[in-house]
Amino acid sequence: MSDPAPPPAEGALRMELGPAQAAARAEFAAWVAEHVTPHAGAWDREARTPPEVIERLAATGWLGAAIPREHGGAGMDWVTFGLLNEELGRGCSSLRSLLTVHSMAAHAVLRWGSRAQKERWLGPLARGEAVGAFALSEPEVGSDASAVQTTATPDGDSYVLDGRKKWTTYGQVADLFLLFAKAEGKPAAFLLERGTPGFEVSPLRGITGTRASMLAELRLDGCRVPKDARVAGVGFGLAVAVATLEVGRYSVACGTTGIIRACLDASLDYAARREQYGAPIGEHQLVQRMLAEMAAGYRAAHWLCLRAGWLRDAGDPAAAHETFVAKYAASTAATRAALDAVQIHGANGCSEEYPVERYLRDSRVMEIIEGSTQIQQVTIARGELAGRR
Amino acid sequence: MTEEEIRARLREFVARFLRGHDLRDGEDLFATGYVNSMFAMQLVQFVESSFGVACESEDLEIDNFRSIDALTAFVQRKLGAGVA
Repeated sequence: MSDPAPPPAEGALRMELGPAQAAARAEFAAWVAEHVTPHAGAWDREARTPPEVIERLAATGWLGAAIPREHGGAGMDWVTFGLLNEELGRGCSSLRSLLTVHSMAAHAVLRWGSRAQKERWLGPLARGEAVGAFALSEPEVGSDASAVQTTATPDGDSYVLDGRKKWTTYGQVADLFLLFAKAEGKPAAFLLERGTPGFEVSPLRGITGTRASMLAELRLDGCRVPKDARVAGVGFGLAVAVATLEVGRYSVACGTTGIIRACLDASLDYAARREQYGAPIGEHQLVQRMLAEMAAGYRAAHWLCLRAGWLRDAGDPAAAHETFVAKYAASTAATRAALDAVQIHGANGCSEEYPVERYLRDSRVMEIIEGSTQIQQVTIARGELAGRR
Repeated sequence: MTEEEIRARLREFVARFLRGHDLRDGEDLFATGYVNSMFAMQLVQFVESSFGVACESEDLEIDNFRSIDALTAFVQRKLGAGVA
């Protein structure tokens, strides 16, 4: 799956998937349609992802998407990884968020980890034997990642971690946490294993969206980790966080595009068969307006994600900015699409019997995670302005 | 690649972020107030792509990236290690 189409001639605009990418997308869609979509509503209501679902996903090898084949992973190119996120997100945003945080942890180990850390973790992460998570947010710290209050105090050959983390996606089941703390007043990244003494995980409940994503609060109380658990140098923690969040943002952008697609699919089906005033509601022009907005929103988000993926595959520095644009466009379009999908479904749209109310709750989350809509707006505008200086 | 060529390439890249600030080669980049957390990552990526070196986990110490002087010495070390 790592054989994208040949690069386009200079100046050419590539608008097609490579054959392997198209085949992979079809495979993802078929798997999600069979194993995810029919059950996503139940997982959402139960606020958990059954362990056998994670095992089934791990068995596909896709949890190793971001890990090269020489380390036992699937070695997907970024476009293919994006397509996987879109298809998973189309079925279940919670399960897609597992792929997101797991890939973030794996990518951090791959890109910034020591040789020993790579040897210890890349294989298990690639096979899904270990689930990775990303622990940055705290009760008092969200967008301003530089302000983390968790501390890492050097003590001999160890660091002693103290503090709390919150909103850790799949923290309830993760085995490995990429965790950020201040060491000597500077941000630093650590790999923290579940079961380390002084490290407690408790579930967070009553969440608006991505309810099956097994959010957790982490408590670190005199938690001692060896110095070689640190990822990159002291002072590079924020850089590791920023780079890792970029992977997460791309994954979320693509997954959110899947939500729009799901809204469109559900709305088209419903509008074609639901009759009012003697005709399918899809024939009413005000409903058509909502369907048109949804279709255009999906296409735009899909292509922006592909563009971001192609730029990442090409190693183009513009990928970071374009990923912000893609995530912003996808998440705001998803909210609109989900609102309209509920509207089209009428009273049925407000019921758990139909998936669109879940899409609405999930889409709301997408405008907050991996950079809120407001952070995206500021970042995108500053990036665009920088080109005029 | 000569030391002066390495310096010139680094100065050119860093200058893009400094909005006209006249940086001395020994000056602490992170104390200028002109760079943010994205910059450290962009700097690492630039060093890797521009000089063909790999920044390993143990290289990612702020002291290696703090100034043009430090960066030049770091790149020279990495290039030397690559040749060896």
